[in-house]
This record gives sequence, C-alpha cells and structure tokens, in this order.
Amino acid sequence: MSARSEPVPRAPQSRAVTLPVGVPAIEAVDVSRTYQLDGVSVAALRGVSLTIDPGEYVAVVGPSGSGKSTLMHLLGGLDRPTGGRLVIGGRDVATLSPPELATLRNETIGFVFQAFHLLPRTSAVDNVALPLVYRGIGARQRRERAAAMLGRVGLGHRLDHRPNQLSGGEQQRVAIARALVTDPAVLLADEPTGNLDSATGEAVLELLERLNAESGVALVMVTHDQEVAARARRQIAVRDGRVRSDTIHDRPLSGAVDRPATLDGAPSAGPRSVSGSGPGRPSGGSGGAAGATGRLSPAALDRTGEGGHGDDLPGGGEP
Amino acid sequence: MRVAEAWRVAWDALRANRMRSALTMLGVIIGVASVVLLVAIGTGTKQKVEQQVEGLGSNLLLVVPGKLDVGTAPVVSPLTLKDVDAVSRVVGDPGRVAVTIASGATARAGARADFTTVQGVLETTPSVFTRSLARGRYLTGADVDTSRRVAVLGASVAHALFPDRDPLGQQIALAGVRFRVIGVFAPLGQSLGVDRDDEVHIPVTAAQRLWGTQRVDGIAVKAPDRERIGELGDRIVAELSRRHPDTEFSAVTQQQILGVLGDILGVLTGVLAAIAGISLLVGGVGVSNIMLVSVRERTREIGLRKAVGARPRDIGVQFLLEAVLLTAIGGLTGMALGVGGALLVDALSPIPAAITWWSLALAFGVSAAVGIVFGVVPAQRAGRLDPVVALRAE
Ligand SMILES: Nc1ncnc2c1ncn2[C@@H]1O[C@H](COP(=O)(O)OP(=O)(O)OP(=O)(O)O)[C@@H](O)[C@H]1O
Ligand SMILES: [Mg+2]
Repeated sequence: MSARSEPVPRAPQSRAVTLPVGVPAIEAVDVSRTYQLDGVSVAALRGVSLTIDPGEYVAVVGPSGSGKSTLMHLLGGLDRPTGGRLVIGGRDVATLSPPELATLRNETIGFVFQAFHLLPRTSAVDNVALPLVYRGIGARQRRERAAAMLGRVGLGHRLDHRPNQLSGGEQQRVAIARALVTDPAVLLADEPTGNLDSATGEAVLELLERLNAESGVALVMVTHDQEVAARARRQIAVRDGRVRSDTIHDRPLSGAVDRPATLDGAPSAGPRSVSGSGPGRPSGGSGGAAGATGRLSPAALDRTGEGGHGDDLPGGGEP
Repeated sequence: MRVAEAWRVAWDALRANRMRSALTMLGVIIGVASVVLLVAIGTGTKQKVEQQVEGLGSNLLLVVPGKLDVGTAPVVSPLTLKDVDAVSRVVGDPGRVAVTIASGATARAGARADFTTVQGVLETTPSVFTRSLARGRYLTGADVDTSRRVAVLGASVAHALFPDRDPLGQQIALAGVRFRVIGVFAPLGQSLGVDRDDEVHIPVTAAQRLWGTQRVDGIAVKAPDRERIGELGDRIVAELSRRHPDTEFSAVTQQQILGVLGDILGVLTGVLAAIAGISLLVGGVGVSNIMLVSVRERTREIGLRKAVGARPRDIGVQFLLEAVLLTAIGGLTGMALGVGGALLVDALSPIPAAITWWSLALAFGVSAAVGIVFGVVPAQRAGRLDPVVALRAE
C-alpha cells in the first residue's frame, strides 16, 4: 500500500443517492433492538441516538457484547430496530418493505465484515460486481466498474483470482472494493482488520481512510483497537447497548502520530467533545481545514454523551 | 436481478457441486425415463391391437347368439343358413354378409399333419373382412352352393403342410375327407398372441356336411354406412329374435370391441404411468432435499447477497431456478433415455412401443412441475432468511 495518506478536506462527490445538503446520511433517534431468545428478551441496544453525516470518519468502540455489531446492522438497514426511529439516506426504515430496504442497502450502504464474506469459487472481479448485479447493471459495465474499483484498492492485477488464491489482506481489499463499487454514502466496517495480522490490518485501515478521504464516503468502523479508534475524527463509545460517549476531534489525528504513546495513553489522547480549536496533536496542516468544512453543526457537537472520558472506553481487544 | 443473471448463478451453483447435482438428477432421470418408456409400451400395445381389430375390415357388425359378455357361457347356436338369408334380406345385399362355423381339426397332406382351425364360410368373407390372397383364388358362390370340397389355407398351415411344394392343386385331408387346395392367404401375423394364419377356409356347406350339422356359429355384416350401423344391428337382432324367440342375440360393432379393448389397455397404460410417476415423485423429493441442503450450506452466501442488496425475491428465484434447472436437465436426459429405450424395445423385442408426444410433454411437464413444487419451499426459506442471522451462520 501507499504511504499513509494525509487527512484531506472531504468533499462528498457524486454518488448514486445524492443527499440534499445538510441531510445526515443516517439518523437514529432513540433506537433500540431487543432480541427474543426462547421467550427471554435480550436488549442489545437500549435507546441510541446518533447521526452520521456524509463523509464522516467515525470509530465505534465498546466492550464485547456491548451492541456494536447490532448497531452497525441497524445503521446499514440489515436489521430493523424494535423501537425508535431510524432514517437511512433520508428514508425512514419503518416505512420500507423488505425489498425496498434491500434496494436502500444496495444504493446507500457498503458493508465490510470481519470475515470478508467473499463468494467462494467466484473471481475477485465478480465478487466486487455482485452489488451491481442487484442493481440490474449489464455484465459488461459491471466488469468495467468492478475492475476499476479493484484498481483503486490496489488489486488491478488480481481480477480473476478466486478468494482462496488471495491473501487475507487481499481478500479484505476485495471486500472493500465490493462495498464501494456502488458508490455508497456510508461504508460500515465491523472490525475490518479483526482477522488480519497487524501489518496487513494497518494497510487495510489506511486503504479505508484513504477511500474515505478521497471519495467522501462516510466511514463508520467498529474497532477494538484504541489506537486505531483514536485516528478517527469522531469516536462513539458503546456500552450495554447505549452510547456512553460521542466525541469529536476538531481535526482527525493522523495515525502517524505517536503510536507508542497512545498504547498507554488512550484516555489522555485528549479527544475533546466540543471545542473546535483546542490544541491537539501535531499533525498535517490540513487537519484544521477538515474541521472548518462546516460539516460539524452545533447539533453534531451536542451529541456528545458523557464527555468522552476515557473510563468509558474499552481497553481494546476481545476477552 | 436480471433473469439471465439468475440462470447463470443457478447454473454455476449446480456446476460447483457436480457430483451431487448429477445424483440428484438421476432420480428425475429414472422417473422421467420410466414414464416415457412404460407409456410407450402401453401405447404401442394398444395401437397394435387396435390396428389389428381395425384390420378386420371397417364398419363391421358381428351377430352372435347369446350375450356378448365376459363370463357368460357360450350358447349353442340355433342359427342356420336360412337365418343368414333372412339377415341378408334385412341388410339388402347378400354380398355384405359373412358367416362362420368353426372347429378344430387335423389337416393332413401326405406324411405331414397340422392341427388347425377349420372355418366354414361363404364366398363373401374376403370382402366383409379384409383378407387378401398370396396365391390362387378364394371360394366362389358355386363352391358354396355345390358344397365343393375345396380349401383356402392360412399362411402358416400352408407352410406346415407344404414347406417345399406349391400347395395349389394339392390334396389335403380334413377329418379324413379330401379337399383340394385352391388358394393361400397372405400372412397376417399375430394378434393378442393368436396366430391368425393358422386356419383353413372351406365352403360353409361342406363344413356342415363334414360335421353333420345345419348350424352356423355367427354372422358378420359389413354395414353400408357407419352412421346407421347401430340401427342396422338392432334390426338384425329383431329379425333373428322373431325367428328364434327363445334365444337372445347380440350385435356388436368393431367400435365397441375397440372401445372395450382400448379401455382395458388404457387402464394398463395408466397403471404403468402411475408406477413410473411414483419414481418421478421420489426424484422430486430428492430435489427438494438437496435444495434444502444447498440453502443451509449457502446460508452465509445468502446473507451476503442480501447485505449487498438482493431482495428476498432475488434469492428465492435463484434457488427456484436451481431446482428447476436440476429437474429440467434431468427431465430432458430422462426423455432422451426413455425414447432411446423405447426404440430399442420396439426394435429388439416382440413388445411394441410407440413414442407419443403427449407422454414426452407430460413427463417433461411433470418433472418441471416437480422442480417448481419441490423447489418452492427451500427457495422461500432462502428468500426469507434474516440477513444478520445468515451472515453469522457457520
Ligand atoms: N441474534 C441474537 N439473538 C440474541 N441475542 C443476540 C443476538 N445477536 C446479538 N445478541 C446479543 O446482543 C448483544 C450485543 O451483541 P453484539 O454482537 O452487537 O455485540 P458486539 O458489541 O458486536 O460484540 P463483539 O465486540 O464481541 O463483536 C450481546 O449480548 C449478544 O449476546
Ligand atoms: Mg461485533
């Protein structure tokens, strides 16, 4: 992969679903999700309210079982809330039929899973083209777009390889290409580096960050790695099915900064919940520009939960 | 998702599990092939029998004493040649009336002997029934009027008595009485297991003298037109009943005989088809079973497809097409095997087999229907899978 990309101002570019200016990509209001297990109710989410704006880079953290995956499934329209209001791409999920929800997923959301979920016995390019199949795009154009997307993730030379002929990192990059081939508004990545060794994971992470920066797709990523979370401009900490904190840096912290230091200093990394101007870590000069793009409305800043104190953040890693 | 795309996906899925797909198809193949083959045999048998009954001559009316019914004892005929004259008057044309008095007898020629059926007949027989001669001539009115001792031999009798000689002009002995051979029938072959060439025709008058009787066993009439054949039969029966008040008579048409035989053979064909249909059903259950396995095995794939935008219908159609493809390919292969088998049976065995379009259409239609019916449940199950649950499946 290329060198770590600099944070750049993100300007949402043209995409299948063009959201009106100022409309959040995803809006959840007091959303809950309760599972019924043998007659026993398990509340995985208990009233979550948050907004994902176009082009955002959000890290979701929280201890195992806190409801991160459940939240991601809801945000992606893969599951429906049992309570509250969920609006994806301007459409209230509750009003959509299953096929309409499927179409909404196809047009608005890209998923990247920890387990890659590539179709076996299917070439990389066909895997990437899969979402376009359900969009009714012809084979020729599908292949063209999928090949171009594979080129963007650095796999232009692996078009006809099958998943079992690719390394784990390559497989995840194919999955990322698949998630982005439809030019979605939001990319939801649930522990995308969880199955990769640290070096490969880092490359995948950089790819995600670069694509987020370049194409303006909002990136919402679940991670157990506090250091990784700290690179995101915004961090949402989930615990017991609730948002414990929702903090925004005035500018993204470049992952290049002080990695060793963050190992012991996650809480002191100093995410500030409201201020748009306080001193952060030294970083590329464009960081401030990102903060000044105006995408952070006062409302967004108000979302902060309990002040983003580190004691709510998980130590990282699964039990 | 486009339909062409769905077919391709279904086809790829079948190819990915070649062995399993082939074995699943085998059930359908056996089912369809046996339906086609057994129906062909049933139909062939029916056609052959009908052909032979029709070969007796058209518009035929058979008049016999007694009820023509399975299980009733034969009645001793009270009919004589005077009754035949009366029937001829009812019909209006003696040339359309034939009679028979038949008995088994040993025919001898020199050292050779053959046990055969001797029929006493009128000279009208070849025009009432469709019979043609290979050699010589048939009986004439003069032969009948003068009870001349002349005989026309069936092909197999001629062959048995005169394997290396021309039978024409030769003498044969029937029940010790000498007859001169004047003609030989063209071969007819077998009918329902009976050798129809194993008979000797002699004038009815000579036959009555030979056996010392005045009776005739039955009368056959070739009706002038098909529409009023029933009415003619009624008039003949009425006339005979008037002349012999104590005896019941029946007149049956060829169509009635065909109908009865056709019914019996139709039931036979139906039973064969039903037995074969059961194996087709078993094949269908196999398809359903494999589809359920396939859905379970590919649960994660289903979840992923849904995650990237497949609607429930897209998934359902994909699996339904897979089942339909399995049964359609199996059905076509089974049809080919069934047709090939039927042609072989027809060519290499005495069993007749006739391919009918309806049996092919039926077998294929049923197998396609089986694919749909047995594919629907697994397909629906796949379509309704919760994507989150499906993605977590092992
Ligand atoms: N299908 C389900 N049925 C019942 N309970 C479920 C189901 N899915 C999730 N849960 C429960 O909901 C809670 C949240 O699960 P979730 O998978 O969202 O956690 P998570 O934060 O992603 O955890 P991890 O970090 O281990 O992936 C857990 O207690 C889990 O047991
Ligand atoms: Mg999880």
